[in-house]
Amino acid sequence: MEETLTKYIPNIMNKLPVFYQSIEETFIMVGWSGAISFVIGLFLGIVITVTKPGNILQNRMIYHVLDKIVNFFRSIPFIILLAGLVPLTRMIMGTAIGVEGAIVPLVFGCTPFFTRQIETTLADVNPGLIEAAQSMGLSNIDIIIRVYLKESVAGIARATTITIISLIGLTAMAGAIGAGGLGDFAIRFGHQRNQPDVTYTTVVVLVIIVTVVQIIGNYVAKKNTH
Amino acid sequence: MIRFENVNKDFNTKGNTVHAVRNVNFEIDKGEIFGIIGFSGAGKSTLVRCINLLERPSSGKVYIGDEEITALSVKELRKHRKKIGMIFQQFNLFASRTVYQNVEFPLKGSGLTKEQKKQKVEKLLELVELKDKANAYPSSLSGGQKQRVAIARALANDPEILLSDESTSALDPKTTKSILDLLKKLNTQLGITIVVITHEMQVIKDICDRVAVMKDGEVVEYGDVFDIFANPTHKTTKEFVERTTNLCRVYDLIDENREIVRLKENQAILRFKYLERNISEALVSQLSRKFALDINIIFGNIEMIGDNPIGGLVSIVKGKSEDIDAAMQYLRDKNVGVEVILDGRNAN
Repeated sequence: MEETLTKYIPNIMNKLPVFYQSIEETFIMVGWSGAISFVIGLFLGIVITVTKPGNILQNRMIYHVLDKIVNFFRSIPFIILLAGLVPLTRMIMGTAIGVEGAIVPLVFGCTPFFTRQIETTLADVNPGLIEAAQSMGLSNIDIIIRVYLKESVAGIARATTITIISLIGLTAMAGAIGAGGLGDFAIRFGHQRNQPDVTYTTVVVLVIIVTVVQIIGNYVAKKNTH
Repeated sequence: MIRFENVNKDFNTKGNTVHAVRNVNFEIDKGEIFGIIGFSGAGKSTLVRCINLLERPSSGKVYIGDEEITALSVKELRKHRKKIGMIFQQFNLFASRTVYQNVEFPLKGSGLTKEQKKQKVEKLLELVELKDKANAYPSSLSGGQKQRVAIARALANDPEILLSDESTSALDPKTTKSILDLLKKLNTQLGITIVVITHEMQVIKDICDRVAVMKDGEVVEYGDVFDIFANPTHKTTKEFVERTTNLCRVYDLIDENREIVRLKENQAILRFKYLERNISEALVSQLSRKFALDINIIFGNIEMIGDNPIGGLVSIVKGKSEDIDAAMQYLRDKNVGVEVILDGRNAN
Protein backbone atom coordinates (compact mmCIF):
# COMPACT_ATOMS: atom_id res chain seq x y z
CA MET A 1 0.00 0.00 0.00
CA GLU A 2 2.62 2.47 1.08
CA GLU A 3 4.75 1.42 -1.86
CA THR A 4 1.98 2.08 -4.34
CA LEU A 5 1.30 5.47 -2.80
CA THR A 6 4.97 6.36 -2.84
CA LYS A 7 5.06 5.40 -6.49
CA TYR A 8 2.13 7.56 -7.55
CA ILE A 9 2.28 10.48 -5.12
CA PRO A 10 5.93 10.63 -4.06
CA ASN A 11 5.94 14.30 -3.14
CA ILE A 12 2.97 13.88 -0.82
CA MET A 13 4.45 10.84 0.87
CA ASN A 14 7.71 12.59 1.68
CA LYS A 15 5.92 15.44 3.45
CA LEU A 16 2.97 13.71 5.02
CA PRO A 17 3.11 15.68 8.31
CA VAL A 18 2.93 18.97 6.40
CA PHE A 19 0.03 17.60 4.34
CA TYR A 20 -1.88 16.53 7.43
CA GLN A 21 -1.19 19.86 9.06
CA SER A 22 -2.57 21.65 6.00
CA ILE A 23 -5.79 19.68 6.23
CA GLU A 24 -6.03 20.52 9.91
CA GLU A 25 -5.41 24.21 9.22
CA THR A 26 -8.16 24.24 6.63
CA PHE A 27 -10.56 22.69 9.11
CA ILE A 28 -9.58 25.16 11.81
CA MET A 29 -10.05 28.15 9.52
CA VAL A 30 -13.34 26.90 8.07
CA GLY A 31 -14.57 25.84 11.50
CA TRP A 32 -13.86 29.07 13.35
CA SER A 33 -14.69 31.58 10.68
CA GLY A 34 -17.70 29.48 9.62
CA ALA A 35 -19.09 29.34 13.16
CA ILE A 36 -18.57 33.06 13.74
CA SER A 37 -20.01 33.98 10.34
CA PHE A 38 -22.99 31.72 10.95
CA VAL A 39 -23.91 33.49 14.16
CA ILE A 40 -23.31 37.03 12.88
CA GLY A 41 -24.81 36.33 9.44
CA LEU A 42 -27.92 34.75 10.90
CA PHE A 43 -28.37 37.69 13.23
CA LEU A 44 -27.85 40.29 10.49
CA GLY A 45 -30.05 38.34 8.06
CA ILE A 46 -32.86 38.34 10.61
CA VAL A 47 -32.41 42.03 11.45
CA ILE A 48 -32.44 43.02 7.77
CA THR A 49 -35.54 40.89 7.16
CA VAL A 50 -37.63 42.14 10.07
CA THR A 51 -36.65 45.81 9.70
CA LYS A 52 -37.48 45.85 6.00
CA PRO A 53 -40.36 48.27 5.34
CA GLY A 54 -43.63 46.40 5.80
CA ASN A 55 -42.23 43.77 8.14
CA ILE A 56 -42.81 43.25 11.84
CA LEU A 57 -40.11 45.60 13.17
CA GLN A 58 -39.82 47.88 10.17
CA ASN A 59 -37.15 50.51 10.56
CA ARG A 60 -36.02 52.27 7.41
CA MET A 61 -32.83 53.56 8.98
CA ILE A 62 -31.49 50.25 10.34
CA TYR A 63 -32.54 48.41 7.21
CA HIS A 64 -30.81 50.75 4.78
CA VAL A 65 -27.62 51.07 6.82
CA LEU A 66 -27.20 47.30 7.18
CA ASP A 67 -28.17 46.70 3.59
CA LYS A 68 -25.49 49.10 2.36
CA ILE A 69 -22.82 47.71 4.70
CA VAL A 70 -23.49 44.19 3.46
CA ASN A 71 -23.26 45.36 -0.15
CA PHE A 72 -20.06 47.24 0.58
CA PHE A 73 -18.24 44.22 1.97
CA ARG A 74 -19.63 41.93 -0.67
CA SER A 75 -18.10 44.06 -3.40
CA ILE A 76 -14.55 44.02 -2.03
CA PRO A 77 -12.41 41.23 -3.51
CA PHE A 78 -11.21 38.89 -0.78
CA ILE A 79 -7.55 39.36 -1.52
CA ILE A 80 -7.94 43.10 -0.86
CA LEU A 81 -9.84 42.41 2.37
CA LEU A 82 -6.93 40.24 3.49
CA ALA A 83 -4.51 43.11 3.14
CA GLY A 84 -6.86 45.91 4.12
CA LEU A 85 -7.95 44.32 7.36
CA VAL A 86 -4.43 43.77 8.70
CA PRO A 87 -4.61 46.57 11.32
CA LEU A 88 -8.00 45.44 12.54
CA THR A 89 -6.88 41.81 12.66
CA ARG A 90 -3.84 42.76 14.66
CA MET A 91 -6.07 44.64 17.09
CA ILE A 92 -8.49 41.76 17.57
CA MET A 93 -6.23 38.71 17.33
CA GLY A 94 -2.87 40.17 18.34
CA THR A 95 -1.38 38.99 15.05
CA ALA A 96 -2.16 39.42 11.37
CA ILE A 97 -0.49 36.31 10.06
CA GLY A 98 -1.03 32.57 10.29
CA VAL A 99 -4.30 30.80 10.94
CA GLU A 100 -5.31 33.30 13.63
CA GLY A 101 -4.60 36.15 11.27
CA ALA A 102 -6.79 34.61 8.59
CA ILE A 103 -9.93 34.23 10.68
CA VAL A 104 -10.87 37.92 10.82
CA PRO A 105 -10.70 38.52 7.05
CA LEU A 106 -12.43 35.18 6.43
CA VAL A 107 -15.29 36.28 8.68
CA PHE A 108 -15.50 39.60 6.84
CA GLY A 109 -15.41 37.85 3.49
CA CYS A 110 -17.99 35.24 4.36
CA THR A 111 -20.53 36.95 6.63
CA PRO A 112 -22.02 39.38 4.07
CA PHE A 113 -22.49 36.48 1.65
CA PHE A 114 -24.19 34.35 4.29
CA THR A 115 -26.29 37.32 5.46
CA ARG A 116 -27.71 37.71 1.95
CA GLN A 117 -28.42 34.01 1.73
CA ILE A 118 -30.28 34.11 5.03
CA GLU A 119 -32.20 37.19 3.99
CA THR A 120 -33.29 35.48 0.77
CA THR A 121 -34.33 32.38 2.67
CA LEU A 122 -36.34 34.31 5.26
CA ALA A 123 -37.99 36.34 2.53
CA ASP A 124 -39.51 33.10 1.27
CA VAL A 125 -41.55 32.70 4.44
CA ASN A 126 -45.14 33.35 3.44
CA PRO A 127 -46.26 36.70 4.92
CA GLY A 128 -49.58 35.00 5.66
CA LEU A 129 -47.85 32.87 8.29
CA ILE A 130 -46.52 35.99 10.00
CA GLU A 131 -49.99 37.48 9.94
CA ALA A 132 -51.49 34.29 11.36
CA ALA A 133 -48.91 34.25 14.14
CA GLN A 134 -49.65 37.91 14.93
CA SER A 135 -53.35 37.16 15.05
CA MET A 136 -52.59 34.51 17.69
CA GLY A 137 -50.96 37.16 19.87
CA LEU A 138 -47.33 36.06 19.44
CA SER A 139 -44.61 38.52 20.38
CA ASN A 140 -42.13 39.61 17.74
CA ILE A 141 -39.33 37.54 19.21
CA ASP A 142 -41.61 34.48 19.16
CA ILE A 143 -42.49 35.20 15.54
CA ILE A 144 -38.80 35.31 14.64
CA ILE A 145 -37.98 32.05 16.41
CA ARG A 146 -41.15 30.01 15.99
CA VAL A 147 -42.12 31.15 12.52
CA TYR A 148 -39.27 32.75 10.56
CA LEU A 149 -36.49 30.43 11.73
CA LYS A 150 -38.53 27.29 12.24
CA GLU A 151 -40.07 27.50 8.77
CA SER A 152 -36.66 28.20 7.21
CA VAL A 153 -34.59 25.36 8.64
CA ALA A 154 -34.26 23.66 5.25
CA GLY A 155 -33.34 26.92 3.52
CA ILE A 156 -30.84 27.82 6.24
CA ALA A 157 -29.23 24.39 5.85
CA ARG A 158 -28.87 24.97 2.12
CA ALA A 159 -27.48 28.47 2.65
CA THR A 160 -24.99 27.14 5.21
CA THR A 161 -23.84 24.43 2.81
CA ILE A 162 -23.18 26.90 0.00
CA THR A 163 -21.41 29.27 2.38
CA ILE A 164 -19.13 26.61 3.87
CA ILE A 165 -18.15 25.45 0.40
CA SER A 166 -17.32 28.96 -0.74
CA LEU A 167 -15.49 29.51 2.54
CA ILE A 168 -13.26 26.52 1.79
CA GLY A 169 -12.40 28.30 -1.44
CA LEU A 170 -11.57 31.51 0.42
CA THR A 171 -9.19 29.74 2.81
CA ALA A 172 -6.97 28.87 -0.15
CA MET A 173 -6.30 32.57 -0.63
CA ALA A 174 -5.54 33.04 3.04
CA GLY A 175 -2.27 31.30 2.27
CA ALA A 176 -1.17 34.70 1.02
CA ILE A 177 -0.78 35.83 4.62
CA GLY A 178 0.87 32.61 5.66
CA ALA A 179 -2.26 31.01 7.02
CA GLY A 180 -1.47 27.64 5.53
CA GLY A 181 -4.22 25.23 4.68
CA LEU A 182 -4.74 22.99 1.68
CA GLY A 183 -4.86 25.73 -0.95
CA ASP A 184 -1.59 27.19 0.24
CA PHE A 185 -0.06 23.70 0.33
CA ALA A 186 -1.06 23.06 -3.27
CA ILE A 187 0.31 26.37 -4.53
CA ARG A 188 3.58 26.19 -2.63
CA PHE A 189 4.49 22.64 -3.62
CA GLY A 190 2.26 21.65 -6.50
CA HIS A 191 2.50 24.89 -8.44
CA GLN A 192 5.67 26.68 -7.42
CA ARG A 193 7.87 23.54 -7.15
CA ASN A 194 6.17 21.80 -10.00
CA GLN A 195 5.00 18.74 -8.05
CA PRO A 196 1.74 17.93 -9.87
CA ASP A 197 0.89 14.97 -7.61
CA VAL A 198 0.60 17.44 -4.73
CA THR A 199 -1.92 19.50 -6.68
CA TYR A 200 -3.99 16.46 -7.70
CA THR A 201 -4.04 14.94 -4.22
CA THR A 202 -5.05 18.26 -2.69
CA VAL A 203 -7.85 18.60 -5.22
CA VAL A 204 -9.06 15.08 -4.42
CA VAL A 205 -9.10 15.85 -0.70
CA LEU A 206 -11.00 19.11 -1.32
CA VAL A 207 -13.52 17.32 -3.53
CA ILE A 208 -14.11 14.80 -0.75
CA ILE A 209 -14.58 17.54 1.88
CA VAL A 210 -16.95 19.51 -0.34
CA THR A 211 -18.92 16.38 -1.19
CA VAL A 212 -19.32 15.43 2.46
CA VAL A 213 -20.45 18.96 3.36
CA GLN A 214 -22.95 18.91 0.48
CA ILE A 215 -24.31 15.50 1.50
CA ILE A 216 -24.82 16.60 5.10
CA GLY A 217 -26.45 19.85 3.95
CA ASN A 218 -28.80 18.03 1.59
CA TYR A 219 -29.72 15.56 4.30
CA VAL A 220 -30.60 18.26 6.83
CA ALA A 221 -32.54 20.21 4.21
CA LYS A 222 -34.47 17.15 3.12
CA LYS A 223 -35.23 16.13 6.69
CA ASN A 224 -36.81 19.53 7.25
CA THR A 225 -38.84 19.78 4.08
CA HIS A 226 -42.42 18.62 4.44
CA MET B 1 -69.92 42.62 21.25
CA ILE B 2 -67.84 44.33 18.54
CA ARG B 3 -68.51 47.99 17.87
CA PHE B 4 -67.00 50.25 15.23
CA GLU B 5 -67.12 53.96 15.92
CA ASN B 6 -66.24 56.27 13.03
CA VAL B 7 -63.50 53.93 11.89
CA ASN B 8 -61.29 55.16 9.06
CA LYS B 9 -58.22 53.58 7.58
CA ASP B 10 -56.02 55.28 5.02
CA PHE B 11 -52.98 53.89 3.29
CA ASN B 12 -50.31 56.21 2.01
CA THR B 13 -48.36 54.91 -0.92
CA LYS B 14 -45.99 57.23 -2.72
CA GLY B 15 -48.02 60.37 -2.17
CA ASN B 16 -51.32 58.66 -2.96
CA THR B 17 -53.77 58.21 -0.17
CA VAL B 18 -56.11 55.27 -0.42
CA HIS B 19 -59.15 55.36 1.84
CA ALA B 20 -59.55 51.66 2.48
CA VAL B 21 -62.18 52.12 5.17
CA ARG B 22 -64.36 55.21 5.56
CA ASN B 23 -66.48 56.23 8.45
CA VAL B 24 -67.65 52.82 9.50
CA ASN B 25 -70.17 52.61 12.32
CA PHE B 26 -71.93 49.43 13.27
CA GLU B 27 -72.16 46.76 15.86
CA ILE B 28 -71.86 43.00 15.77
CA ASP B 29 -73.87 41.17 18.40
CA LYS B 30 -72.62 38.45 20.67
CA GLY B 31 -73.24 34.96 19.36
CA GLU B 32 -74.28 35.90 15.83
CA ILE B 33 -72.71 35.05 12.52
CA PHE B 34 -72.11 38.38 10.88
CA GLY B 35 -71.24 38.68 7.21
CA ILE B 36 -69.30 41.42 5.47
CA ILE B 37 -69.67 41.25 1.71
CA GLY B 38 -68.10 43.32 -1.02
CA PHE B 39 -66.16 43.05 -4.25
CA SER B 40 -62.39 42.91 -4.02
CA GLY B 41 -60.88 46.18 -2.91
CA ALA B 42 -64.02 47.16 -1.02
CA GLY B 43 -62.09 47.35 2.24
CA LYS B 44 -63.65 44.38 3.98
CA SER B 45 -60.35 42.64 4.78
CA THR B 46 -58.95 45.87 6.17
CA LEU B 47 -62.06 46.42 8.25
CA VAL B 48 -61.99 42.95 9.76
CA ARG B 49 -58.30 43.42 10.61
CA CYS B 50 -59.31 46.44 12.66
CA ILE B 51 -60.96 43.98 15.05
CA ASN B 52 -57.68 42.37 16.09
CA LEU B 53 -55.64 45.41 15.07
CA LEU B 54 -53.58 43.65 12.44
CA GLU B 55 -54.46 46.97 10.85
CA ARG B 56 -54.69 49.94 13.15
CA PRO B 57 -57.46 52.41 12.22
CA SER B 58 -56.21 55.85 11.16
CA SER B 59 -59.02 57.28 13.24
CA GLY B 60 -62.01 56.04 15.17
CA LYS B 61 -62.48 53.49 17.88
CA VAL B 62 -63.13 49.78 18.01
CA TYR B 63 -64.73 48.23 21.07
CA ILE B 64 -64.92 44.60 22.03
CA GLY B 65 -67.42 44.29 24.82
CA ASP B 66 -66.84 47.38 26.90
CA GLU B 67 -63.14 47.53 26.17
CA GLU B 68 -61.75 49.97 23.65
CA ILE B 69 -59.12 47.81 21.98
CA THR B 70 -57.74 50.69 19.96
CA ALA B 71 -56.55 52.10 23.30
CA LEU B 72 -54.76 48.97 24.53
CA SER B 73 -51.00 48.74 25.04
CA VAL B 74 -49.02 46.35 22.86
CA LYS B 75 -48.84 43.77 25.63
CA GLU B 76 -52.53 43.95 26.46
CA LEU B 77 -53.32 43.74 22.79
CA ARG B 78 -51.37 40.49 22.43
CA LYS B 79 -53.33 39.02 25.29
CA HIS B 80 -56.52 40.19 23.66
CA ARG B 81 -55.64 38.67 20.32
CA LYS B 82 -55.53 35.24 21.92
CA LYS B 83 -59.27 35.61 22.43
CA ILE B 84 -59.86 36.33 18.76
CA GLY B 85 -59.27 33.44 16.38
CA MET B 86 -58.68 34.08 12.71
CA ILE B 87 -58.77 31.92 9.60
CA PHE B 88 -57.61 32.85 6.12
CA GLN B 89 -58.25 32.15 2.47
CA GLN B 90 -54.81 30.55 2.04
CA PHE B 91 -55.09 28.62 5.34
CA ASN B 92 -51.65 29.81 6.51
CA LEU B 93 -50.64 26.56 8.18
CA PHE B 94 -47.03 26.05 9.24
CA ALA B 95 -45.62 23.67 6.66
CA SER B 96 -42.81 22.52 8.93
CA ARG B 97 -45.22 21.39 11.63
CA THR B 98 -47.62 18.49 11.72
CA VAL B 99 -51.36 18.95 12.05
CA TYR B 100 -51.02 18.27 15.78
CA GLN B 101 -48.18 20.78 16.18
CA ASN B 102 -50.08 23.39 14.20
CA VAL B 103 -53.06 23.17 16.52
CA GLU B 104 -50.79 23.13 19.57
CA PHE B 105 -48.87 26.18 18.29
CA PRO B 106 -50.96 28.94 19.92
CA LEU B 107 -51.02 27.09 23.26
CA LYS B 108 -47.41 27.93 24.10
CA GLY B 109 -47.39 30.16 27.14
CA SER B 110 -50.98 29.29 27.98
CA GLY B 111 -49.90 27.70 31.26
CA LEU B 112 -51.34 24.32 30.34
CA THR B 113 -49.33 21.19 31.13
CA LYS B 114 -48.19 18.96 28.32
CA GLU B 115 -50.94 16.47 29.13
CA GLN B 116 -53.62 19.20 29.16
CA LYS B 117 -52.39 20.50 25.84
CA LYS B 118 -52.59 17.03 24.39
CA GLN B 119 -56.18 16.61 25.56
CA LYS B 120 -57.08 19.98 24.17
CA VAL B 121 -55.52 19.39 20.75
CA GLU B 122 -57.19 16.01 20.50
CA LYS B 123 -60.53 17.49 21.42
CA LEU B 124 -60.15 20.18 18.78
CA LEU B 125 -59.11 17.71 16.11
CA GLU B 126 -62.13 15.65 16.99
CA LEU B 127 -64.33 18.71 16.65
CA VAL B 128 -63.09 19.31 13.11
CA GLU B 129 -63.12 15.57 12.35
CA LEU B 130 -59.43 15.22 11.62
CA LYS B 131 -58.24 13.10 14.52
CA ASP B 132 -56.67 10.54 12.21
CA LYS B 133 -54.53 13.21 10.51
CA ALA B 134 -52.77 14.38 13.69
CA ASN B 135 -49.32 13.33 12.51
CA ALA B 136 -49.70 14.34 8.87
CA TYR B 137 -48.01 17.42 7.45
CA PRO B 138 -50.19 20.11 5.86
CA SER B 139 -48.76 19.45 2.39
CA SER B 140 -50.48 16.07 2.34
CA LEU B 141 -53.92 17.50 3.11
CA SER B 142 -56.68 18.69 0.79
CA GLY B 143 -57.81 22.32 0.87
CA GLY B 144 -60.84 21.52 2.99
CA GLN B 145 -58.77 19.55 5.47
CA LYS B 146 -56.24 22.38 5.70
CA GLN B 147 -59.00 24.85 6.52
CA ARG B 148 -60.29 22.48 9.21
CA VAL B 149 -56.84 22.38 10.79
CA ALA B 150 -56.71 26.17 10.60
CA ILE B 151 -60.09 26.33 12.33
CA ALA B 152 -58.93 23.97 15.08
CA ARG B 153 -55.82 26.10 15.53
CA ALA B 154 -57.86 29.31 15.67
CA LEU B 155 -59.99 27.78 18.43
CA ALA B 156 -57.07 26.62 20.58
CA ASN B 157 -57.26 29.48 23.06
CA ASP B 158 -61.06 29.29 23.40
CA PRO B 159 -61.70 32.56 21.57
CA GLU B 160 -64.96 34.47 21.88
CA ILE B 161 -64.71 35.70 18.34
CA LEU B 162 -63.70 33.95 15.14
CA LEU B 163 -62.74 36.07 12.13
CA SER B 164 -63.01 34.34 8.78
CA ASP B 165 -61.24 36.11 5.93
CA GLU B 166 -62.54 34.59 2.68
CA SER B 167 -62.03 31.20 4.30
CA THR B 168 -63.96 29.33 1.62
CA SER B 169 -62.89 31.28 -1.45
CA ALA B 170 -60.14 28.83 -2.38
CA LEU B 171 -62.39 25.81 -2.00
CA ASP B 172 -64.76 23.98 -4.35
CA PRO B 173 -68.51 24.29 -3.73
CA LYS B 174 -68.86 20.98 -1.92
CA THR B 175 -65.95 21.65 0.42
CA THR B 176 -67.20 25.20 0.91
CA LYS B 177 -70.48 23.75 2.10
CA SER B 178 -68.77 21.46 4.60
CA ILE B 179 -66.63 24.31 6.01
CA LEU B 180 -69.70 26.54 6.30
CA ASP B 181 -71.55 23.75 8.08
CA LEU B 182 -68.64 23.46 10.48
CA LEU B 183 -68.67 27.20 11.19
CA LYS B 184 -72.39 27.03 11.81
CA LYS B 185 -71.85 24.10 14.17
CA LEU B 186 -69.19 26.00 16.12
CA ASN B 187 -71.54 28.95 16.38
CA THR B 188 -74.34 26.86 17.83
CA GLN B 189 -72.24 24.53 19.97
CA LEU B 190 -69.70 26.98 21.38
CA GLY B 191 -71.72 30.18 21.10
CA ILE B 192 -68.76 31.81 19.41
CA THR B 193 -69.34 35.06 17.53
CA ILE B 194 -68.23 34.67 13.92
CA VAL B 195 -67.39 37.46 11.48
CA VAL B 196 -67.31 36.22 7.90
CA ILE B 197 -65.80 38.20 5.04
CA THR B 198 -66.71 37.03 1.58
CA HIS B 199 -67.44 38.08 -1.96
CA GLU B 200 -69.85 35.18 -2.40
CA MET B 201 -73.50 35.85 -1.66
CA GLN B 202 -74.00 32.12 -1.20
CA VAL B 203 -71.87 32.18 1.95
CA ILE B 204 -73.95 34.98 3.40
CA LYS B 205 -77.18 33.19 2.54
CA ASP B 206 -76.03 29.90 4.01
CA ILE B 207 -74.82 30.90 7.44
CA CYS B 208 -75.12 34.58 8.27
CA ASP B 209 -77.70 36.20 10.51
CA ARG B 210 -76.88 39.75 9.57
CA VAL B 211 -74.78 41.33 6.88
CA ALA B 212 -72.98 44.53 6.00
CA VAL B 213 -72.41 45.37 2.34
CA MET B 214 -69.23 47.31 1.60
CA LYS B 215 -68.25 49.41 -1.37
CA ASP B 216 -65.19 51.68 -1.67
CA GLY B 217 -64.49 51.45 2.05
CA GLU B 218 -67.99 52.34 3.13
CA VAL B 219 -70.73 50.21 4.59
CA VAL B 220 -73.54 50.92 2.14
CA GLU B 221 -76.15 48.63 3.56
CA TYR B 222 -76.44 46.82 6.85
CA GLY B 223 -79.04 44.61 8.41
CA ASP B 224 -80.84 41.31 8.53
CA VAL B 225 -79.81 38.96 5.72
CA PHE B 226 -83.39 38.25 4.62
CA ASP B 227 -84.32 41.92 4.48
CA ILE B 228 -81.22 42.84 2.54
CA PHE B 229 -81.94 40.03 0.12
CA ALA B 230 -85.57 40.78 -0.33
CA ASN B 231 -85.22 44.54 -0.64
CA PRO B 232 -81.75 45.50 -1.69
CA THR B 233 -81.59 49.27 -1.96
CA HIS B 234 -77.99 50.01 -2.86
CA LYS B 235 -76.66 49.27 -6.33
CA THR B 236 -73.89 47.00 -5.04
CA THR B 237 -76.29 44.96 -2.98
CA LYS B 238 -78.56 44.60 -5.98
CA GLU B 239 -75.63 43.38 -8.04
CA PHE B 240 -74.84 40.72 -5.47
CA VAL B 241 -78.45 39.62 -5.27
CA GLU B 242 -78.79 39.53 -9.05
CA ARG B 243 -75.66 37.45 -9.36
CA THR B 244 -77.10 34.69 -7.28
CA THR B 245 -80.18 34.31 -9.42
CA ASN B 246 -80.67 33.56 -13.06
CA LEU B 247 -83.74 35.77 -13.31
CA CYS B 248 -81.95 38.56 -15.10
CA ARG B 249 -81.16 36.24 -17.97
CA VAL B 250 -84.53 37.11 -19.39
CA TYR B 251 -83.02 40.46 -20.41
CA ASP B 252 -80.41 38.64 -22.46
CA LEU B 253 -83.18 36.74 -24.22
CA ILE B 254 -84.98 39.97 -25.00
CA ASP B 255 -81.79 41.58 -26.28
CA GLU B 256 -81.19 38.60 -28.52
CA ASN B 257 -84.86 38.67 -29.62
CA ARG B 258 -85.33 34.96 -29.09
CA GLU B 259 -88.44 33.17 -30.26
CA ILE B 260 -89.74 32.58 -26.75
CA VAL B 261 -89.89 36.26 -25.84
CA ARG B 262 -91.60 37.42 -29.04
CA LEU B 263 -94.93 38.09 -27.41
CA LYS B 264 -98.27 37.59 -28.98
CA GLU B 265 -101.35 39.57 -28.20
CA ASN B 266 -102.56 39.24 -24.64
CA GLN B 267 -99.23 38.14 -23.37
CA ALA B 268 -96.87 39.81 -20.96
CA ILE B 269 -93.62 38.83 -19.30
CA LEU B 270 -93.87 39.40 -15.59
CA ARG B 271 -91.39 39.00 -12.82
CA PHE B 272 -92.68 38.05 -9.37
CA LYS B 273 -90.50 38.67 -6.37
CA TYR B 274 -90.97 37.32 -2.89
CA LEU B 275 -90.47 40.26 -0.58
CA GLU B 276 -91.83 39.00 2.69
CA ARG B 277 -91.35 36.05 4.91
CA ASN B 278 -93.89 33.30 5.30
CA ILE B 279 -95.20 33.20 1.79
CA SER B 280 -96.25 29.65 1.49
CA GLU B 281 -99.33 29.92 -0.68
CA ALA B 282 -99.60 28.27 -4.05
CA LEU B 283 -99.49 31.58 -5.86
CA VAL B 284 -99.16 30.40 -9.43
CA SER B 285 -102.07 27.97 -9.17
CA GLN B 286 -104.23 30.64 -7.55
CA LEU B 287 -103.50 33.18 -10.26
CA SER B 288 -104.24 30.68 -12.93
CA ARG B 289 -107.56 29.68 -11.40
CA LYS B 290 -108.81 33.01 -10.14
CA PHE B 291 -107.93 35.10 -13.16
CA ALA B 292 -108.14 32.50 -15.92
CA LEU B 293 -104.53 33.05 -16.94
CA ASP B 294 -102.07 30.74 -18.66
CA ILE B 295 -98.78 31.03 -16.88
CA ASN B 296 -95.63 29.77 -18.47
CA ILE B 297 -92.65 29.94 -16.09
CA ILE B 298 -89.46 30.58 -18.03
CA PHE B 299 -87.05 31.31 -15.19
CA GLY B 300 -87.33 30.48 -11.55
CA ASN B 301 -85.10 30.92 -8.60
CA ILE B 302 -86.40 30.26 -5.15
CA GLU B 303 -84.05 29.79 -2.28
CA MET B 304 -84.52 29.33 1.40
CA ILE B 305 -83.04 31.77 3.87
CA GLY B 306 -83.65 30.17 7.17
CA ASP B 307 -87.21 28.91 6.73
CA ASN B 308 -88.31 31.58 4.33
CA PRO B 309 -88.40 31.32 0.59
CA ILE B 310 -86.78 34.15 -1.29
CA GLY B 311 -86.25 34.77 -4.95
CA GLY B 312 -88.75 34.97 -7.74
CA LEU B 313 -90.15 33.78 -11.03
CA VAL B 314 -90.14 35.13 -14.54
CA SER B 315 -93.12 33.96 -16.49
CA ILE B 316 -95.10 34.65 -19.63
CA VAL B 317 -98.68 35.33 -18.68
CA LYS B 318 -101.49 35.04 -21.18
CA GLY B 319 -104.98 36.23 -20.62
CA LYS B 320 -107.38 39.14 -20.91
CA SER B 321 -105.73 42.48 -20.36
CA GLU B 322 -107.95 43.40 -17.42
CA ASP B 323 -107.44 39.99 -15.84
CA ILE B 324 -103.67 40.44 -15.99
CA ASP B 325 -104.05 43.84 -14.31
CA ALA B 326 -106.27 42.33 -11.63
CA ALA B 327 -103.82 39.51 -11.05
CA MET B 328 -100.98 41.99 -10.60
CA GLN B 329 -103.03 43.93 -8.10
CA TYR B 330 -103.86 40.71 -6.27
CA LEU B 331 -100.16 39.88 -5.93
CA ARG B 332 -99.27 43.36 -4.80
CA ASP B 333 -101.91 43.11 -2.10
CA LYS B 334 -100.19 39.96 -0.95
CA ASN B 335 -96.91 41.87 -0.88
CA VAL B 336 -95.37 40.01 -3.76
CA GLY B 337 -93.36 42.29 -6.00
CA VAL B 338 -94.53 42.40 -9.60
CA GLU B 339 -92.53 43.91 -12.42
CA VAL B 340 -93.64 44.04 -16.03
CA ILE B 341 -90.62 43.17 -18.08
CA LEU B 342 -92.27 43.13 -21.50
CA ASP B 343 -95.84 43.89 -22.33
CA GLY B 344 -97.33 42.49 -25.52
CA ARG B 345 -100.86 43.58 -24.78
CA ASN B 346 -100.71 46.95 -26.49
CA ALA B 347 -98.16 45.98 -29.02
CA ASN B 348 -100.51 45.73 -31.96
